[in-house]
Amino acid sequence: MAYAAGVDVGSTQTKAIIIDEDGSIVGRSLIDTGANVVKAAESSFVTALAEGDIDEEEVEYIIGTGYGRYRVTFGNSQVTEISCHGRGAVHLFPETRTVVDMGGQDTKAIAVNANGEITDFCMNDKCAAGTGRFLGAAADALDIPLDDLGPVSLKSTKPVKISTTCTVFAESEILAWIGKGKKIEDILWGVHKSIAARSAGLMRRVGINDEITFTGGVTRNVGMVKALEDRLDKHLNISDDCHYMGALGAALFALDSVKAGRAPVGRTAAVTS
Amino acid sequence: MTTLEDTQELLGRGNREGAALFKEWFAELDETAKTGGLAAYVFVMGSINEILKTFDLPVVFPEINSLQTAVRRVAHEYLEEAEDYGYSPDICGYVKADIGTQLRGGEHPMAQIPKPGITVLTNACNTYIKWAEIWERMYRTPMFTIDIPGTRQAGGQTWRGNPDFEADRRYVEVQLRELITLCEDVTGKDFDIDKFREVLTYANTMSRSWKRILELNQARPSLFNALTDGTIYLGVANGLRGTEEGARYFERLVEEMEYKAANGIGQTIDEKYRLLFVGVPCYPIFRRFNELFTDWGGTFVNSTYLWFASGGTNRGFEYDLGDPLASLAEGILISVRDAMDSMFHQNVALADMAQNFDVDGIIYHPIKSCRTVSTGLADSRKHMTEELGIPSLFMESDMMDRRVVSEAQMKNRVDAFFEGLATRRQQALADPKVR
Repeated sequence: MAYAAGVDVGSTQTKAIIIDEDGSIVGRSLIDTGANVVKAAESSFVTALAEGDIDEEEVEYIIGTGYGRYRVTFGNSQVTEISCHGRGAVHLFPETRTVVDMGGQDTKAIAVNANGEITDFCMNDKCAAGTGRFLGAAADALDIPLDDLGPVSLKSTKPVKISTTCTVFAESEILAWIGKGKKIEDILWGVHKSIAARSAGLMRRVGINDEITFTGGVTRNVGMVKALEDRLDKHLNISDDCHYMGALGAALFALDSVKAGRAPVGRTAAVTS
Repeated sequence: MTTLEDTQELLGRGNREGAALFKEWFAELDETAKTGGLAAYVFVMGSINEILKTFDLPVVFPEINSLQTAVRRVAHEYLEEAEDYGYSPDICGYVKADIGTQLRGGEHPMAQIPKPGITVLTNACNTYIKWAEIWERMYRTPMFTIDIPGTRQAGGQTWRGNPDFEADRRYVEVQLRELITLCEDVTGKDFDIDKFREVLTYANTMSRSWKRILELNQARPSLFNALTDGTIYLGVANGLRGTEEGARYFERLVEEMEYKAANGIGQTIDEKYRLLFVGVPCYPIFRRFNELFTDWGGTFVNSTYLWFASGGTNRGFEYDLGDPLASLAEGILISVRDAMDSMFHQNVALADMAQNFDVDGIIYHPIKSCRTVSTGLADSRKHMTEELGIPSLFMESDMMDRRVVSEAQMKNRVDAFFEGLATRRQQALADPKVR
């Protein structure tokens, strides 16, 4: 059996996916990226191999993606996470035409065709407003675990309006609302609504279609899913694999190369950043 | 017959000679500063060099001085100096780097920059006016603003013979006559009409050549990089307009480009994607920015920068020496309008350019500190991509301020853009109906 792998080295977490010749996921891993990016890529790949009980030699092609894609030193080539999220989303939800990927430091709106190929994309520029980091700042300011943000926010009855677009200043705005006696859930729902509004703006720039798939680490946050669905007035495709979508897309590109014996649309390993 | 030595001398000559002329120009400015001579401060969109050179005035282009601080990686020092003085981070980076230069008494990495003896500007950029007012306050410099009536509506450019155009031309001509009087007062020299005709002749050679050079880059493979090489040519086009050296340089540049075109010598061996650049270059990482594209086999074949930063001389307008002042007014009206239109009404021209240069994609580079060139780019992109189907990349950074230039984020966008182009090409091979 031949396998293909994708390793997505993100700013916060590193994900690895191994798929078989049918495109089915046989191994996966998720670890914090930390300071040593090369080691994170290696560790996630090794963990995914172990989970699938696969020998390294059986993996015929590996593609690195994410900000650290050029640090996947054992990879054969690199493809951006933009292409990978599009490819992965259409693989899991074939009717997808718009993808919104919310990660640690950026949010991307991606328009795709039926083959999962990118027709347009748009990202937040330079600052981390409207990204996972914004939620992290809120969690810090309110001193609650990241995983509790979504469930707590859904208890809101009178959400506050978070007006700042700066992740750093958001913290002081949150503290100001606490000072005014607002409930934590109302502040948090305001934070989620603020991020949803910015993400919807990005999505409008590439066009919002009927079938939208939400990808990236923030998909685990039920509050964010609801805030975005409310804002768009549309249902979002979600699955547990959405967190791994970049790695899955990379693995699918790698599988193309295994099958066709041709280089993917990305860069070959010989080219360094 | 052209020998190997001739070929080696010819290729890249424009870049070598351009760099040498640039040095000479700044050496002249240095000398002027150190001897306390007069210098004219002017701007790229409507420098009116033709009149200033008639009075032998050295010209200072503060925009070029400022971008040079970014290319030489010291812009942040100048920007911080201006911000420490009180200028907001949101104000034009060119203005602030110049303020930094003035606060340092003209100290600049290329030369000692003389103080302004006279400032000449047009309304092509609204910041020009406020900028010149700063020098007016600092040094009590005479400031002369030429009001250029812009194109009334998109695609509504008028030409000779049209009553509106003639009225506008006369309006500009009257202002030029006032400028001549001011130059006579400032320099103590009389206006020399014969010298003026000589200056116009040199400017004609340059305009004719510049238009030809831009057209020649339609060749496949393209002959020069519109972003990197083109910026060198622009420096000469601005600083040495109306001079014999400038005219000669451009004649020789035409010779180089015609030779390359005739022999199929491109800027790169492997031209995979032909690109248009819209906006102002990212000077803080000038070479690296270009490499983000050339690494993928992308080449810049033309740009809006080559229009508006040449003051619109890309149109190749040539002055009528029989009626020089009226003709200068006409040329300024046409070229400055064209420079403004390249920012405000660019869709029609961009569509033509995309077709004539057979481009694969358009790179929009809005810049944080210049709303004038950046505001209309989203509309332009929508038009070119959604209505004409030309792939585009929209990527914001700055022409001066490295604090808002993130190479890693840029690379991610550029790589994804080329992945899309590669996919599109694969689709086109499979289905020829896909462009």
